[in-house]
Amino acid sequence: MNRPSKLKMAAIHAGLMLLCMATLYPVLWVVKMALSPTDSLTLTVNPFPEAITLEHFREVVLGTDSAGRWLFGRQLLASLVVSGATTVVGLALAVSAAYALSRFRFPGKEGGMQTLLITQMFPATLMLVPIYSILQKLHLLDSLTGLVLVYATTALPFCIWNLKGYFDTLPRELEEAAVMDGASPTQVFIRVVLPLARPALAVTALFSFMTAWNEFILAATLLNDPTRFTLPVALQRYVGEYKVEWGKFAAGALVISAPVMALFFALQKHLVGGLTAGGVKG
Amino acid sequence: MRGLLALALLATAWSAQAAGDESAPLKLWHAYRGGEETALLQVSEQFTAKTGVKVELLAVPYDAYGAKLTNAIPHGAGPDVFIFNHERLRNFHAQHLLAPATTLARGDYFANAVEALEVDGQVYGYPMSLKSLALYVNTKLVPNPPATTADLLAMLPALTDADAGRFGFAYESGDFYFHAPFLFGFGGELFNAAGRATFDTEGMAKSLAFVKKLQDDRFMPQEVSGALVKSLFNDGRAAMVISGPWFAGEVAPSVDYRVVALPVVSETGIPMRPFLGVEAAFVSAQSQRKEQAQALARFLSLGEASLVRTTVGRQIPADVAAYELQAVKEDVLISSFREAARNATPMPNTVEMLKVWEPMKLALRAVLQGGTEPQDAGALADRRYRALHRERPPDASPLPWLGLVGAMALGGTVWVMRRPAPTLPFKRRYPDVAQAAAYLAPATAGILVLVFVPFVIGLSLSLFHYEPGEYSFVGLANFIDILASRGYRITEPLSFYFTLAVTLVWALVNVVLHVSIGLFLAMLLKDPLLKLRGFYRVLLIIPWAVPNYITALMWKGMFHRQFGAINGLLVALGLEPVSWFTKFSTAFAANVATNTWLGFPFMMVVALGALQSIPQELYEAAEVDGASKWTQFRRITLPLLRPAMLPAVILGSVWTFNMFNIIYLVSGGEPGGGTDILVSEAFRWAFQRNQQYGFAAAYSVLIFVVLLAWSSFTKRLMRASSEVMG
Repeated sequence: MNRPSKLKMAAIHAGLMLLCMATLYPVLWVVKMALSPTDSLTLTVNPFPEAITLEHFREVVLGTDSAGRWLFGRQLLASLVVSGATTVVGLALAVSAAYALSRFRFPGKEGGMQTLLITQMFPATLMLVPIYSILQKLHLLDSLTGLVLVYATTALPFCIWNLKGYFDTLPRELEEAAVMDGASPTQVFIRVVLPLARPALAVTALFSFMTAWNEFILAATLLNDPTRFTLPVALQRYVGEYKVEWGKFAAGALVISAPVMALFFALQKHLVGGLTAGGVKG
Repeated sequence: MRGLLALALLATAWSAQAAGDESAPLKLWHAYRGGEETALLQVSEQFTAKTGVKVELLAVPYDAYGAKLTNAIPHGAGPDVFIFNHERLRNFHAQHLLAPATTLARGDYFANAVEALEVDGQVYGYPMSLKSLALYVNTKLVPNPPATTADLLAMLPALTDADAGRFGFAYESGDFYFHAPFLFGFGGELFNAAGRATFDTEGMAKSLAFVKKLQDDRFMPQEVSGALVKSLFNDGRAAMVISGPWFAGEVAPSVDYRVVALPVVSETGIPMRPFLGVEAAFVSAQSQRKEQAQALARFLSLGEASLVRTTVGRQIPADVAAYELQAVKEDVLISSFREAARNATPMPNTVEMLKVWEPMKLALRAVLQGGTEPQDAGALADRRYRALHRERPPDASPLPWLGLVGAMALGGTVWVMRRPAPTLPFKRRYPDVAQAAAYLAPATAGILVLVFVPFVIGLSLSLFHYEPGEYSFVGLANFIDILASRGYRITEPLSFYFTLAVTLVWALVNVVLHVSIGLFLAMLLKDPLLKLRGFYRVLLIIPWAVPNYITALMWKGMFHRQFGAINGLLVALGLEPVSWFTKFSTAFAANVATNTWLGFPFMMVVALGALQSIPQELYEAAEVDGASKWTQFRRITLPLLRPAMLPAVILGSVWTFNMFNIIYLVSGGEPGGGTDILVSEAFRWAFQRNQQYGFAAAYSVLIFVVLLAWSSFTKRLMRASSEVMG
């Protein structure tokens, strides 16, 4: 490969830096709102705070409600439990289903895959009313279990498609070799297939986690007890139609985004491979 | 340390669980903040001290409150007692949410407060406080409050310096609740003798012209939110503001102010009449402990509770006896509001009233943001009202439909039975069916219950009409209404076809931008010799990691007319600031900018992966053959990217098509519903326009049909591309 010229490299760096700045500007702006002492917007272009206070973070993270309860801890716990459980349940269901769809022959396979995709095209918010009634029949309203089940299943179609695409690209010879060596089908699945699929698993897990961690319309409708609210629902209280507390909203937004960003950074190497190696190829 | 924290968290979670089991407190829901919340808390503690019955409070964000009540109570998951304004009373009553107020004594309260809570002679709810608007005056800036609008107009020039951000006057001018006093003061009426709303009146035109002039003369700011009113008044940058009693709790201690009645309109001699709202404690129809719930609701509305709510919560009690108390008598704020409320018009508790807000908001914004003359706004609102006010379609007979379903089932069975018998037995054709079933069962069960069943229910809802409380079967009437675009020409916003066109353009523009920006960045980043490559990549995927409702609200803030960073940037560049949400083109552009920021990283990552899988030798060979960079890009890069990019593009287009959060939170459909896409329009029918679930479901089915057509088109595209690629 020929080495690109210094000039060209400099141009690329300049371009990338400019684009990064454009990308980061809104984020810096939120950081500024979170750190500035005022609670409202001010008209400036400068994305860096003029004065710094941690008051908004303190109020969001350590504040108590009118009954003196420290809600943030419970809400953080609820968010972690819901997102973690959604990831585990969703991944377990998706992995086995995707493996079956990739490896076994059975009637209704193609139709099933298509149906999965089709249900994704119905606007999610309109499924709210029926989902509400179903959870109520199952006595799972206002419970984190109900929320986990809804999140895990609604994310399933995407997870299954992504994983099936990846499984399809894995060479079957390895599995056949394992069978020759006397491995049972379950052993083949756990010992051979899953380790090979690690990049796709990481990406799919990230998606399940993000779906649950970020969702708020369903959570706001299904949950009634503030000690069980997930963080996005808690954040909603700062951005009412009649009053916006920008400082606290920004601080809360940063707290909520941080874990997902951390996961993104940890998994970003896998991100490229996990999405495209098998990818969402049909 | 971290372990300890986790343990502590777990412990609190467990203890909360345990407390819930041992004794069930009465559930009390409200939407209070600040002082009002503190007062309610104290009052409910008093109740517990008196009766031994525990009360559990839940503060629900106001925007979500109504929907939450109507969802939760019929399912038995709601509160025992809830606090709400009286204007939704009839709607709640129709949905059977309310129990009659059995222990209420009429003489305890102001007569108009009790009347506001009456439906067919039966009182529902215990009136707690009166809410109406008055004029807050900064006494340093305005020693003598204006008595008439002529006084007001005479004072404003001296109090205003718009360029320095000082205004004589401020209120939430885009909200009908705040405009109502002007409307009534100019002799306008809202309902005609038949009880139907009328908008195209002289009073409407005059009141709109009046506030438009105030804004044009820059005596008051544009696009005012409650937060802006608060900060202007607290900074001494607004001399007078219109607000309700709740505002008293938000005024900074440094500001000296008085509350007086709204001025008399000089032109008509009529005082500006605000709406009178009655806030009441309602007992849920589903409460398991009606007696205790009635006792709590009554307790909240009277006696010592009134005193606390007045002194701590700064509420205006509806309880007559409260005004005999010394503390209340001496309270200037309370008596000023009581005085100001004399002119107030009780807000009708009819279902009709609920249908007035959206058309009025449309008219107000159309005038204030320019483009519509005050005298034309009434007609605009009128048409919107008629379109929203859907007559109930005639009931259809479900028999033909049942027949159709039966015939299809029969036909399907016959088709399956008559298929030629396969040459191989089932076991041989599908050797591992049992194993597959075991792997698939859990996912299938979940999907059936929580995806497929709601999906089918959603589909079938579209054949029904929903009025609060009951469904009736209407066949295809909803679809006919939508497709015939009743009430609107097909080229106007709010007609189905216009919204469809907006949605398609929206999806197209976004996907093109996502892909081209993503691909461009991927080309820049693909070179493995590039220094800081990982660093750039990490920075560039940040937008993907931010939850999209946060992105939306963040950008909405940046597009703020007065304090947004984008306008700040324009001003810094020497350009005029733009009122982003007043014109279709700029509002649409704001939505697109937000969604582009949000969406390009996904395409960048996919393109990066695809680029890395292209063998480098191909380029070297092309180089040898003397192909230019551009030819290489066209002949090698693009064709080889296609198989990986195409599925991502298809997925992206479906996501964008249904991207509810951005539209709903950034432009909110402004101006006048023009930038709404199909999903947000469907959402409005379901949750903001009197719960027309059937109509909304019909909208969703149409969305589904469009996407289905799109997916069958893309399937062909994929097949074609894989054939080309071999």
